[in-house]
Amino acid sequence: MPVEKLTDQLKGGLDAPICLTWELTYGCNLACIHCLSSSGRRDPRELSTAEARAVIDELHDMQVFYVNIGGGEPTIRPDFYELIDYSVERGVGVKFSTNGSTITAARAARLAGSDYVDVQISIDGADEATNDAVRGRGSYAAARRAMDHLAAAGFGPFKISVVMTRQNIPQLDRFQELADGYGAQLRLTRLRPSGRGADTWAQLHPTQEQQVQLYRWLVDRPGVLTGDSFFHLSALGEPLPGLNLCGAGRVVCLIDPVGDVYACPFVLHPEFKAGSVRDPGGFTVLWRESELFTDLRRPTSAGACASCGSYDACQGGCMAAKFFTGLPLDGPDPECVMGHGEALLAGVPAGSAPAPGPGHSVPVTLSSRRR
Amino acid sequence: MTSEPFDPATRWELDPKVALRPEPFGALAYHYGTRRLTFLRSKLLADVVAGLGGYDSAGAAIEDRVPAPSRPAYERALASLARSEFIRAC
Amino acid sequence: MQLMTDPATEEAQSEAPVGDEDLVEEELLVEEISIDGMCGVY
Repeated sequence: MPVEKLTDQLKGGLDAPICLTWELTYGCNLACIHCLSSSGRRDPRELSTAEARAVIDELHDMQVFYVNIGGGEPTIRPDFYELIDYSVERGVGVKFSTNGSTITAARAARLAGSDYVDVQISIDGADEATNDAVRGRGSYAAARRAMDHLAAAGFGPFKISVVMTRQNIPQLDRFQELADGYGAQLRLTRLRPSGRGADTWAQLHPTQEQQVQLYRWLVDRPGVLTGDSFFHLSALGEPLPGLNLCGAGRVVCLIDPVGDVYACPFVLHPEFKAGSVRDPGGFTVLWRESELFTDLRRPTSAGACASCGSYDACQGGCMAAKFFTGLPLDGPDPECVMGHGEALLAGVPAGSAPAPGPGHSVPVTLSSRRR
Repeated sequence: MTSEPFDPATRWELDPKVALRPEPFGALAYHYGTRRLTFLRSKLLADVVAGLGGYDSAGAAIEDRVPAPSRPAYERALASLARSEFIRAC
Repeated sequence: MQLMTDPATEEAQSEAPVGDEDLVEEELLVEEISIDGMCGVY
């Protein structure tokens, strides 16, 4: 009888997701230039409080251990704290991601009182100039204030989450210092050409040299979290800690603010939509039986990567990165460390890559001109 | 990590902060306190762990449910779960 | 793939496939995985 690797079992799917992301709202008080969900304005069709509670009930019934709550800025929903309290009450732990602007000292103290709620503060620069260039004026200060409040409240180790870009890769050591200063855990994640990220990916994504630099830095620091973001870099040598595989539809998936279910937060596109929690059978049936997820759980071949010795390590990289750069899914990642993706990208006709949806960005308004 | 070595003569139970969820390959166990996740890769192991508290000793649980040739492996599996605090002596 | 396996878990292998269909030689009974190693975990 052949030995089945755990990763193969995971690729075949589980009875419930391990790492479900739930974007609670498309509303956000910021307008980060690379936002994966193109957030800004709330969508009028967002799940009501009652519908959200029903989703939590389903997660309880499926015995989902914890849910990653994000958005947009999830805390702008008036029922945010009611929902996370309800989730904890129903045995579903909460890990939420925030830009920190609503984490007052009082809020921090309240959060410090819960053993089942984890917090992640987003920041994309080790200083105000670098960060605010991406996240907007005032965002660095707001994030630091939130961190100060959490630390002062004795929250314990929160997470500091950074999206790695060409501009901030030189600041790796400073991010580590920032986290160390707070007793926080540093989490670095990969920029995908998703949402608003599609517009700026070409300018923002790290260079090949920077990827190697990042890989080496991570190898030396196994305590830095990555949320399995950089498994495409594992082709450079020893594998980075983590599952090192695309979990979309198999280990993870996304519930969006209007109740649509996608394979992962980086593929908000009809091609990767499994259905809606408002459909009969709700989330449970979608996770277990949707055509999309069943499809994603079928064994795949290496495709164009079959002749490359690194495929076992990199698994062909990130599905979302390939999709939104117009590359075939059964071939190399656009940032393939062997350069195979770069070569293919050159052949993708301009404008032919799938477009992210219309999104919920706040339109830029021109100030009235004074004559 | 518990400093107490695993003693199969003691009664053990699933830590109350651990959730055990059946899966096709066995079970997933998640510790809400430590945030650790572990895979129990056989249905038999999942049954043994779930039923541990009902026996006077872990050894008795293993003897009752596990065929003799596999018992040493199951005892080591329980020892590992004890070390990462998924089960506790009671 | 790196897993947070406890060195002693490496020993928790079935010594013989006899008596348990789910076990084969070399297979680990208990395998810990860091949730921090999963895509999308906050």
